[in-house]
Amino acid sequence: MTSIKPLSTNKPHLVVVGNGMVGHHFVEQIIEQGGHENFHITVFGEEPNLAYDRVHLSEYFTGKGAADLAMTDGTLYDDNGVCYFTNSLVTEINRDDKTLLLQDGRTLSYDKLVLATGSYPFVPPIPGHKRDNTFVYRTLEDLDAIRNCAKTVTRGTVVGGGLLGLEAANALKNLGLETSVVEFAPRLMPVQLDEKGGSVLKGMIEGIDVKVYTDTATKEIIDGEDAFHRMNFADGTYLETDLILFSAGIRPQDALAKQSGLAMGERGGITINNHCQTSDDAIYSIGECALWNNMIFGLVAPGYTMAKAAVGHLLDDVTVSFTGSDMSTKLKLLGCDVGSVGDAHAKTQGSKVFVYQDEISQSYRKMVVSEDGKKLLGAVLVGDNSYYDTLLQYYLNAIDLPEQAQSLILPAMDGAPVGLGVDALPATASICSCHNVSKQDISDAVCNGALSVGDVKGVTKAGTGCGGCAALLKKVVDNELLALGVEVSTDICEHFAYTRQDLYNLVKIEEIKSFDALLKKHGKGHGCEICKPAVGSILASVWNDYVLKKEHISLQDTNDRFLANMQKDGTYSIVPRIPGGEITAERLIVMGEVAKEYNLYTKITGGQRIDLFGATLAQLPEIWEKLIAAGFETGQAYGKSLRTVKSCVGSTWCRYGVNDSMKMAIDLENRYKGLRSPHKIKFAVSGCTRECAEAQSKDIGVIATEGGWNLYVCGNGGMKPRHGDLFATDLDDETLVKYIDRVLMFYTKTADRLQRTSVWMDGLEGGLEYLKDVVIKDKLGLCDELEEGMSHIVDTFQCEWKTTLEDPEALKTFRQFVNYEGADKNVVFVEERDQVRPATDLEKQQLIAKVG
Amino acid sequence: MTTQWTLVCKQADLVANAGVAAMVNNEQVALFYLPESENKVFAIANWDPIGKANVLSRGLTAHLQGEWVVASPLYKQHYILSSGECLEEDICLPHWKAKLDGDDVYIAEH
Ligand code: SRM
Ligand SMILES: Cc1cc2nc3c(=O)[nH]c(=O)nc-3n(C[C@H](O)[C@H](O)[C@H](O)COP(=O)(O)OP(=O)(O)OC[C@H]3O[C@@H](n4cnc5c(N)ncnc54)[C@H](O)[C@@H]3O)c2cc1C
Ligand code: SF4
Ligand code: FES
Repeated sequence: MTSIKPLSTNKPHLVVVGNGMVGHHFVEQIIEQGGHENFHITVFGEEPNLAYDRVHLSEYFTGKGAADLAMTDGTLYDDNGVCYFTNSLVTEINRDDKTLLLQDGRTLSYDKLVLATGSYPFVPPIPGHKRDNTFVYRTLEDLDAIRNCAKTVTRGTVVGGGLLGLEAANALKNLGLETSVVEFAPRLMPVQLDEKGGSVLKGMIEGIDVKVYTDTATKEIIDGEDAFHRMNFADGTYLETDLILFSAGIRPQDALAKQSGLAMGERGGITINNHCQTSDDAIYSIGECALWNNMIFGLVAPGYTMAKAAVGHLLDDVTVSFTGSDMSTKLKLLGCDVGSVGDAHAKTQGSKVFVYQDEISQSYRKMVVSEDGKKLLGAVLVGDNSYYDTLLQYYLNAIDLPEQAQSLILPAMDGAPVGLGVDALPATASICSCHNVSKQDISDAVCNGALSVGDVKGVTKAGTGCGGCAALLKKVVDNELLALGVEVSTDICEHFAYTRQDLYNLVKIEEIKSFDALLKKHGKGHGCEICKPAVGSILASVWNDYVLKKEHISLQDTNDRFLANMQKDGTYSIVPRIPGGEITAERLIVMGEVAKEYNLYTKITGGQRIDLFGATLAQLPEIWEKLIAAGFETGQAYGKSLRTVKSCVGSTWCRYGVNDSMKMAIDLENRYKGLRSPHKIKFAVSGCTRECAEAQSKDIGVIATEGGWNLYVCGNGGMKPRHGDLFATDLDDETLVKYIDRVLMFYTKTADRLQRTSVWMDGLEGGLEYLKDVVIKDKLGLCDELEEGMSHIVDTFQCEWKTTLEDPEALKTFRQFVNYEGADKNVVFVEERDQVRPATDLEKQQLIAKVG
Repeated sequence: MTTQWTLVCKQADLVANAGVAAMVNNEQVALFYLPESENKVFAIANWDPIGKANVLSRGLTAHLQGEWVVASPLYKQHYILSSGECLEEDICLPHWKAKLDGDDVYIAEH
């Protein structure tokens, strides 16, 4: 028998068994507090990898590799003299002579021992549960096995409709399987949700094509007829599926405790006190294997707090201890928001309940309050988690509820603010539960010089766990900065201590015409990729100069510099303007011919025009020469500028149309096509209220009425869709254009960089009403200036591609290489559905292998 | 050993405050011309190891915390032009010494 001896040292030997999230956090904490000077530390982990982020395990299926999820690459351990062994299962503790036995037969002695062995997935002992193609969802290896199996099959089923089961179901769905969930209890997420909440969630999940069987017990699993398995249910029905994933809860991994005779709970778990000591003073237990006050904590935040308490006790710091932890959670499961706070089931004696349910937008919210109605005891949210942060703070800090407590779960009416200002939070309020950071901790960090969210994160670690507290953290940091009298920096970057709006005004009032002049007068240093394109865009908004003029060229982001959109392989796409989506047969033929000649991939875009993909840098001018000869203009798909004006055919063809939406769309597109703006702008015009052009989802939406046009403003699709607001009704053509001129110019003048119109308007004090006052009632006396600004842009329009083709200096920059005529050999296409597409890395290797 | 310099192109081929691509010994090099910097010209690999494409010559140049850098046009990571180091990731790109001699642009052999 070999034995591992601690290095010749007379420090006591501290051994950590288990290198999961909590075991790792323990090591991090003890190093941070200098404990590695007091102890010689050795870590054993059963898994092949060092600790990784199990909370984000599912991201392993959506692009993250093991290295991205890793919590350490071992350097922290190496640098601080911590010995670690992966693939090392500890099988026995001999408490009498304080030694450990490993599976490979080695032994070693310890002075202090920490058990951080986590938990294992429970697999219900259904006959057939050990068949092939059955899995659990806990480790990277589990996920590798699931992925491999999913490649060859079509149907997957998760047994267990709790939090993890639904996350696993989401993963199966992402792997392309037809997915079902089978839950024994009468509702989904029985621990966190009440009956109504569970049934709303079920409806939402079924809405995205996941089959849900609640109240269903599986009797046995046998060979299937159409699929690999058949699951026979207790009620006589059955389900056929190829892959089964068990997610029926977790059990504490307490085998070592049992073997060595440590005190344990009736249903498992290693009993610990407030210092995380087990019944043996020399042995601590932390994380999911530990049982405190007869409770197991299946979340990472309580485990981290236990780790800190154990470190504190080992280093004689009596101020830290573990006294329980809040188990509130919020998550997005299969795209649905779900939140649960405190006593979700209203089990507290005398508690009262408020419920709000909206069957149209599918949301459900419940508040559980104390008998006297003063305190929040718990809450359930399904469908919209924006209420969560506020509710959690009322709950955690026992803040008195407002008079109209129900307002906390009612939808906001008339934009009246609901929610709790961060000012109202007590200093002890927990802001980040993963890292146990209070409002006071943040305030201290700010006082000590952490002047941004990034700095505060660095100092306190707040926000670096599950990320759920990010929005609240930012509010608290900003609030603390304000309280200190520090202005929250709105500087655009380190080179200009101004907002975009300030810079716009400086450029305009001082008639500044180049980046260099602005930098010299009002900035410092040499500029960066934030301020250069922002100033480039402002110069273009105000002076409408050709963007590739020598002094402007280096300001343009690559798309603007080459007047095309860069694709993932470094080639470009080409989008000519097709105003209103109207195009003649001749022009269609030209586009087809060009695409054929240059072997370009061709697609109709989501904006009613045609995109040609796969052109190399050097081909761009040649291609544009042909397109311009046929009467096309640049579509500025690359610029922060007007994209498309989508239109329906309108009254000319459609039997319902009440006005010529086509003509209006084309006129509007031609009017605003030269405008450079803080972000892209999209329009649409519909010929009647049926709204086939989806005008209400655009920055500017126009809908024909019997009396003229209705104007909607500040809508968008994209990441956070928002409908436009009705701005004015029954306008004639001239007034419509006047209002649009003013809205767009006011936006261009006052918005932040990369701020869409919706976010801009929501940020204006007074919002829509204020915008109406400025544009319709001319409250600021600005309207003449705004209209003049726009008419300058309209009058000085130039097609950037046309200008470029006439400028030999500009054309020179479209060479692939300055000293070589060949092409980029890394650009390789393969064929798919009769067109080209970029080859994948693997295909490239194969192609090169063939050639080579 | 004395540095071996390879003539790549003329100053007129460069674009002030921006990059161009060159082919040197079968390797793609991104050349940057920054008239306000001390060294004036810089050369790093054109290959963006994160975006996996030859595009760095087409990124925006910037001056951040005292270093001249280029931002990848694909995913916006910054690379220090004099050392090839990435500011965000643990990556270092191949880089070459470069010099402007009269009208001629040279880079040093590896
Ligand atoms: C080509 C196209 C997809 C397609 O194949 O159909 C497309 C492609 C891109 N979109 Fe889009 N979007 C396209 C229609 C849309 C639409 C639909 C529409 O316009 O009706 C939307 C939602 C509507 C909206 O914007 O309000 C849309 C919302 C976005 C967003 C999210 C914006 C937001 O406010 O959340 C981005 C990201 C951004 O701009 O920051 C984006 C960004 C992009 C970028 C620029 C991403 C990039 O950096 O590579 C893509 C490059 C375009 C290219 O290479 O030519 N694209 N994109 C569509 C071009 C339309 C056109 O003719 O110009
Ligand atoms: C898919 C998924 C999503 C989750 N999402 C969330 C979430 O959103 N929020 C949240 O708070 N929590 C979440 N959790 C739970 C969270 O991951 C756990 O609470 C956390 O990982 C517990 O850490 P731990 O160190 O106690 O246990 P573990 O991470 O399980 O680590 C224990 C380690 O000890 C090893 N080990 C066990 N026995 C031995 C032995 N005898 N010898 C050597 N090594 C041994 C195990 O192999 C394991 O590596 C999620 C979990 C999963 C699986
Ligand atoms: S919105 Fe629809 S119904 Fe109305 S005119 Fe256009 S196409 Fe016809
Ligand atoms: S609460 Fe999880 S990171 Fe802050």
